[in-house]
Amino acid sequence: MRHLLSTQDLARTDAIRILDTAAQMSATQSREIKKLPTLRGRTVVNLFFEDSTRTRISFETAAKRLSADVINFSAKGSSVSKGESLKDTALTLQAMGADAVVIRHQASGAPYTLATSGWVEAAVVNAGDGMHQHPTQALLDAYTLRRHLSGTALSAPGASGPDDVAALGADLAGRRVAVVGDVLHSRVARSNVHLLHTLGAEVTLVAPPTLLPVGVEAWPCRVAYHLDETLRDWSPDAVMMLRVQRERMSGAGTGGGAFFPNPLEYTRKYGLDARRLRLLAEHAVVLHPGPMNRGLEISAEAADSPRAVIVEQVANGVAVRMAVLYLLLAGDTSGDRTDPAPTTERVRVP
Amino acid sequence: MSADTTPATAAGTYVLRGARPLGGEPVDLVLDGGVIAQVVAVGTADVDGAVVVDAQGLVALPGLVDLHTHLREPGREDAETISSGTRAAAAGGFTAVHAMANTTPVADTAGVVEQVWRIGRDAGWVDVHPVGAVSVGLDGTQLAELGAMADSAARVRVFSDDGKCVADPILMRRALEYVKAFDGVVAQHAQEPRLTEGAQMNEGVVSAELGLPGWPAVAEEAIIARDVLLAEHVGSRLHVCHLSTAGSVEIVRWAKGRGIDVTAEVTPHHLILTDDLARQYDPVFKVNPPLRTARDVEAVREGLADGTIDIVATDHAPHTREDKDCEWAAAAFGMTGLETALSIVQQTMVDTGRMTWADVARVLSAAPARIGRIDTGERAHGRPLEVGEPANVTLVDPAARRVVDGAVQVTSSTNTPFQGYELPGRVVATFLRGTATVLDGAPVEKE
Amino acid sequence: MNSGPAVPNDLPNDLPPEIETVVLGDTEIARALTRIAHEIVERNKGAHELVLLGIPTRGVPLAVRLAERLATIEPGLVPADVVGELDVTMYRDDLYKHPTRTIGATRLPAGGIDGKVVVLVDDVLYSGRTIRAALDAISDLGRPRAVQLAALVDRGHRELPIRPDFVGKNLPTSQSERVRVRLAEVDDATDSVVIEQGVDR
Repeated sequence: MRHLLSTQDLARTDAIRILDTAAQMSATQSREIKKLPTLRGRTVVNLFFEDSTRTRISFETAAKRLSADVINFSAKGSSVSKGESLKDTALTLQAMGADAVVIRHQASGAPYTLATSGWVEAAVVNAGDGMHQHPTQALLDAYTLRRHLSGTALSAPGASGPDDVAALGADLAGRRVAVVGDVLHSRVARSNVHLLHTLGAEVTLVAPPTLLPVGVEAWPCRVAYHLDETLRDWSPDAVMMLRVQRERMSGAGTGGGAFFPNPLEYTRKYGLDARRLRLLAEHAVVLHPGPMNRGLEISAEAADSPRAVIVEQVANGVAVRMAVLYLLLAGDTSGDRTDPAPTTERVRVP
Repeated sequence: MSADTTPATAAGTYVLRGARPLGGEPVDLVLDGGVIAQVVAVGTADVDGAVVVDAQGLVALPGLVDLHTHLREPGREDAETISSGTRAAAAGGFTAVHAMANTTPVADTAGVVEQVWRIGRDAGWVDVHPVGAVSVGLDGTQLAELGAMADSAARVRVFSDDGKCVADPILMRRALEYVKAFDGVVAQHAQEPRLTEGAQMNEGVVSAELGLPGWPAVAEEAIIARDVLLAEHVGSRLHVCHLSTAGSVEIVRWAKGRGIDVTAEVTPHHLILTDDLARQYDPVFKVNPPLRTARDVEAVREGLADGTIDIVATDHAPHTREDKDCEWAAAAFGMTGLETALSIVQQTMVDTGRMTWADVARVLSAAPARIGRIDTGERAHGRPLEVGEPANVTLVDPAARRVVDGAVQVTSSTNTPFQGYELPGRVVATFLRGTATVLDGAPVEKE
Repeated sequence: MNSGPAVPNDLPNDLPPEIETVVLGDTEIARALTRIAHEIVERNKGAHELVLLGIPTRGVPLAVRLAERLATIEPGLVPADVVGELDVTMYRDDLYKHPTRTIGATRLPAGGIDGKVVVLVDDVLYSGRTIRAALDAISDLGRPRAVQLAALVDRGHRELPIRPDFVGKNLPTSQSERVRVRLAEVDDATDSVVIEQGVDR
């Protein structure tokens, strides 16, 4: 693995290797001394063009727990306003000797551009780009699902704990995951659809038609417009709620706005509340990438219920990001670095 | 107008030995005094005092005419100048280009269009015909002084807010009506603005995957449908710029069947490239209208072959490196095309057997000249290769193959989408009223 | 690539196959482990407060076997209560010189290691770098009273000031040779220690 740009690039064995490594990382995080010397002398740059304290702190924690040097580079609004270009920022990081660049950018594809431009030699980790991908989020979601949907966690009635022994090496074959909400604007949804599919899970996207992209029919998942029906008739093992931005309902938002009439109607049709929670199977869990809009896409009862693994997702995020940094940076990468980017070959219509 | 009759340099006498007019039987073409003086059997032309060009195996075409070129001057001389852009046009086999109005300042007054026209004339590479803006500042609210531009030395006949759509139906109606007074035409950039807010690429399977805001085909088709109906209602002629979707082809086909006076163009890149290229997030493939699907590519090829689409126009859109050396969303729309247009048409239409070289002459010379109303008089373009016609001739070697390299192209910009492609066909020589602007494949520098 | 040893080497393919010399068979290995178990008990005056930490991969079954032998010497000792495994991957100083290593599990006995005597168990002692990493790993996990080292084979060529407390067999080797330990639990083969003849690099 040279970069982590998209879950679409991940083969099943790669994905499971990351999850298994994350499990070992996670085990070290319950120790009194959480810091490992593994990445001593390596430099990780958190390059954030978009505010995201949660993601940045998670990556920063992961890198520091592995003893890497961490540089936080906030370049907010640089490309659109008259700030420094992505290229100049990248060249600066290269000059500083970054071994990995964790990039969050409002433009879809910016991490891809960074990784293939030749501007930097560093490994590039996509920490969320526009409406495209957020691969570590999908990996932490899969990691969380795997703990809760393997072995005894799946079969024991009631809210049994996760089964880490059964989870190791496992995939999510046959598990059903409903992803609910603003799919159109969601990099979390895109990343999850591909990764969950790769891991053998079945995915149903549940959203009003306005919040599903044209072309979604090519994705490896089902699409539904009704949450109640999906919960009742399809019996998902997990429900993943997506964040809805309130400004999507107004007519002024990007892409024309007016995606739904008002928050009340959205909540009525797509919000996860106590009643809908009761439609779930006993072992089923509720995920949310955060930050939550309580009362909009998820009610307090749902968010705080024992089924909700939302806080655990945050902890798992650190372990997954440690695993990704380990796998990208700990091995001998000199061979990788001379490889030309495999995707620069041009496609043409005959 | 005395200026009109002064050639940039004196025309010489050339014998184009063994050239094949429109790909037909070889002849000797003699260019003298700015016109085609003789068309005779091979080896029979009088070569006394003439420069003989060995044109064996070369196809002779009437000088190509581009109805859609962005020369960037005035305003963005860092991307292209009238001089560099017209030189690139000559290298691509063109003898006339229509310079789009979206410059800084906008070509919305007689003063700006005359300036562009004069600089073009002084450069002498091709005839530059400025396109006038439809609305003041391309703002889409108030009609520009279309009459003044038409009456100016530049004799503007094509009006367009290209880069922006004349979205207001009332303004569009008025423009269509108003230009009838001087036989003008409105060239519409068909893009419904509300349906394309923030749009980055064709809306479909690829945009869904890449998370780039989609640009639906309907945003183009809805405007074309509206405009052909408006043109029918007010009895005006309408030109559709860079049509790019299968649906657009259908609408134009329907309109023509109904007798509506509409013409349409397609760009070379929409004849060959698809939205799959966006997967590389390389902004060189970011263009307006966006690259569409393989199905659309097939539909525009078919439309061009059957005459639904009248012309190929380059939409040559040079950009500086910094406008393309960045993330996709921050990059400018557009790609260069003057020096690759003929090769792409050959590859997609001629080499596939869908069109003849006579058809190429029609879609790249005669038809665009007629739409732009530059097909009459001493400085006419798009005329047949016959004795007495202005000596605007392009010689192309259809058997040659070349690898495109933006760094060595004549245009000042490097944003060719065909970097590294091996393309068929090479322009060997271009003559503008008997003066060689290109010989041996290279621009003929003035003293 | 044609099939070859699991560990890639630089040898050209046209050389004759490597020559294996068996230096320990299964009975010798069993005998050596029994002796080490007795030595551990003797040195520590019993098996009280003892923890055996195997270093993956083959140190782990060796630790288990040693614990079973301790239980026969010291009645009352439950092997599972004293055996653990210690993955040292994340403490290695040579990570950047090899393809990315898979991280193994670290599992301590329920009683932890604080105040205990930890006996590290590995199959082959060579440069000492693995043991250095293991010592660092231990110090992040707790504070044992003492750390001792047991190795089935000591082949010399130390690069750090580390010596074993308990050795199954001292095996003088050249650096071009490779020592390979096979154990029934992980290799699906009869127990053995072999020397593979290599070529000087």
